[in-house]
Amino acid sequence: MPGFIRQIATDDLRGAARTILEANILGGSCARVCPVEVLCAGRCVFHHEGLPPIAIGRLQRHATDAAERAGWRFFEPGPPTGRRVALVGAGPASLACAHELRRSGHEAVIYEKRALPGGLNTTGVAPYKIDAATAVAEAARVVGQMGVEVRAGVDVGVDVTWQELLDGHDALFLGLGLGDDSRLGIEGEHRRGVYGGLQLIERWKTGGDDALDGVERALVVGGGNTALDVVRELLALGVPDVTLVYRRAAADMPGYRHEWEHAVQEGAKGAFGLRPVRLVGANGRVAGLACVGTAPDPDDPRGRRLLDLPGSGTVLSAQLVVVATGQAGQEQLLTGLPGVELERGRPVVDAWQQTSNPKVFAGGDLANGGKEVVNAVAEGRTAAAAIDAYLSEEGS
Amino acid sequence: MVDITANCAGIRSPNPFWLASAPPTNSGDQVKRAFDAGWGGAVWKTLGEPIRNVSSRYGGLDLFDRRLIGLNNVELITDRSLETNLAEIADVKRQYPDHAVIASLMVETRQEWKDLVERSIDAGADGLELNFGCPHGMCERGMGSAVGQEPRVNEEITSWVMEYSTVPVLVKLTPNVADIRPHGLAAQRGGADGVSLINTIKSIVGVDLDRFVPYPRVGGRATNGGYCGPAVKPIALHMAASLAREPGFRLPISGIGGIGDWRDAVEFLLLGSSSVQVCTAVMHHGFRIVEGMIEGLTGWMQDKGFARLDDFVGEAVPAYSEWGDLDLNYKVVARIDADTCIGCQKCYVACYDGSHQCIHLPEEEGDELAVRVPFVDEDDCVGCNLCNLVCPVPGCVSMVEVGDEPELTWNQLTASTEISASR
Repeated sequence: MPGFIRQIATDDLRGAARTILEANILGGSCARVCPVEVLCAGRCVFHHEGLPPIAIGRLQRHATDAAERAGWRFFEPGPPTGRRVALVGAGPASLACAHELRRSGHEAVIYEKRALPGGLNTTGVAPYKIDAATAVAEAARVVGQMGVEVRAGVDVGVDVTWQELLDGHDALFLGLGLGDDSRLGIEGEHRRGVYGGLQLIERWKTGGDDALDGVERALVVGGGNTALDVVRELLALGVPDVTLVYRRAAADMPGYRHEWEHAVQEGAKGAFGLRPVRLVGANGRVAGLACVGTAPDPDDPRGRRLLDLPGSGTVLSAQLVVVATGQAGQEQLLTGLPGVELERGRPVVDAWQQTSNPKVFAGGDLANGGKEVVNAVAEGRTAAAAIDAYLSEEGS
Repeated sequence: MVDITANCAGIRSPNPFWLASAPPTNSGDQVKRAFDAGWGGAVWKTLGEPIRNVSSRYGGLDLFDRRLIGLNNVELITDRSLETNLAEIADVKRQYPDHAVIASLMVETRQEWKDLVERSIDAGADGLELNFGCPHGMCERGMGSAVGQEPRVNEEITSWVMEYSTVPVLVKLTPNVADIRPHGLAAQRGGADGVSLINTIKSIVGVDLDRFVPYPRVGGRATNGGYCGPAVKPIALHMAASLAREPGFRLPISGIGGIGDWRDAVEFLLLGSSSVQVCTAVMHHGFRIVEGMIEGLTGWMQDKGFARLDDFVGEAVPAYSEWGDLDLNYKVVARIDADTCIGCQKCYVACYDGSHQCIHLPEEEGDELAVRVPFVDEDDCVGCNLCNLVCPVPGCVSMVEVGDEPELTWNQLTASTEISASR
């Protein structure tokens, strides 16, 4: 970090970009989506002096954007090894893994269900942080410069089987993320005007969208970072009343505190201690969310279990309800993958991202349950080193 | 592909970035870590009869929130035994055969010079640097800058060393002289393979306003120290360039003085240095700064199409002219970009009070930005640059070339006047 700041300060933008991308090939998207407030900027030594922290995200963006604009090329594929690795999902974990595999000379083939690469950077992070074009361009740069093969529109389990992937490649990397939005499993979820959080963000980012027509009040169910992303984006798009509905207290939200504080400054309201029970409406369209009040169970020593409060039923009116309570996971898809032990629907990996099937590696949200882009990149890099070691052992 | 290997006076190194003889090269452990970080060479902390140092030793000059734009020190040569230093030099050379290790030396008698030269070479030094520059402490004992200020003594000691040395020898020059050229020429007459400059500048870095004692304070007293760091670069560039363009001077130059990043280094190379030495920036930021120096130099060479250092070393020397050869008809004027101007009016004040009264304020008064933007009277503007230098907004004040009169220099003008006068 001091290295690339100094390089920017001494008119060597290209060197700064190389320093960043050497450490993190998706430095451009991380410069936009990383929660610097809780990472580097949150720990900046300037805080101890009562000064604002170094704007590290913006400095990183300055350098990586310059690299993207100029098309600087810093990395070359290694001499071909003749080994071929399949990567499932074209998100940050697979891109970082494929990049490193190509540097080692292995062939890398990415299978992506969607038409566009980039994973959640392209479809799932709110547009106010990163737009789809930037994420796609970054993915295309990695893929194009390093000669990674991408098979877009291929749905593993439908268009190709796990066995075919295993048989056709020397190793397999799972970077397919956590899948679709979870559902609340309550009555009325089929109504028009009800969206999953990622589903709505994807609509915003990759196509025309009419979801906000006539919306005076929007409810966002959930307390995580996707819920907060949706709240802030809805406010930015001009929805007059945006209310976050969370079953516990504000302080219990797993999302970043600074994001909620920004959201409140931007006009967000919170309805806390409410559990959704039914979506109400007329003519197939949603008109409100029925909830009951909750309180922590005094008999639960951890204070996590919630009790419904009798007589606390209420209906919040809304023309748009967004369910952002997590992702459903890939358990069903992964059970078809031989020899890979799962725990809570996620593949179990060791410190080298290797699963219980030695030929299969995993990283990113699928393996870690949902963390930052920078975690996915790090896991993809680790997995690439492990795959490289596995292939050379196996080959000898 | 860009090749940045350097050859200064026959001393070869993987890159032109050497550590200067100073605290960062005090021990083998430091030099090894420096080489691991990327430094191409290291001039060892000066060897000689071990001395005793004082406490404290360094004083700094800050400019508002910028720390250490200048550094002053009263530290002497090595305080470790010669045996220890030589053993560590040998150990470093065993582990880093391709890096340059240069032994800096300072003793008094001919016999002492002979012994030290031979033992340093036996230890594996790739080159020697004769410390004729130290401006504090050692000069009171007849060494350091006391030698460097006397061309006759400089030449004589250099010639002794050349008699005994089998490796390239650099003479390190002191800037504490009125004109550097006789001193570089003295080293050349003595047979040196090259010169390095500048050593530190005799200085008092500040005074304690409560105790009435200069800095750095040693109890109730202080002494003048050697000044270095970013603030001395212009002096160093001038001295190095003065030798580089001196017709009778033919030795390679190792440039020293205020180098902190790749751009500083390129400036020295363009003005004729074939390696550069760094100390203060490392004392401030650590060995790691060399990474950016290497990458910055390499990138700049790529952009300019240079394949090796020799392609551009000295490229700016011919443009360094006498004042009398400057074109009197070349003219620039200042232009203020109203779109980026923040209305601070520093250019106006600087021009009005400090220069030539060519920048004016709009007639209308007020706090609105539109009426705070000054304007330049281009007919009056002398093109001095001051407004451009004080403007806090990058790119807001630019200097634009105007006029196309044929070149006319002072020397041409006075020559023609003399001719007409003689007629």
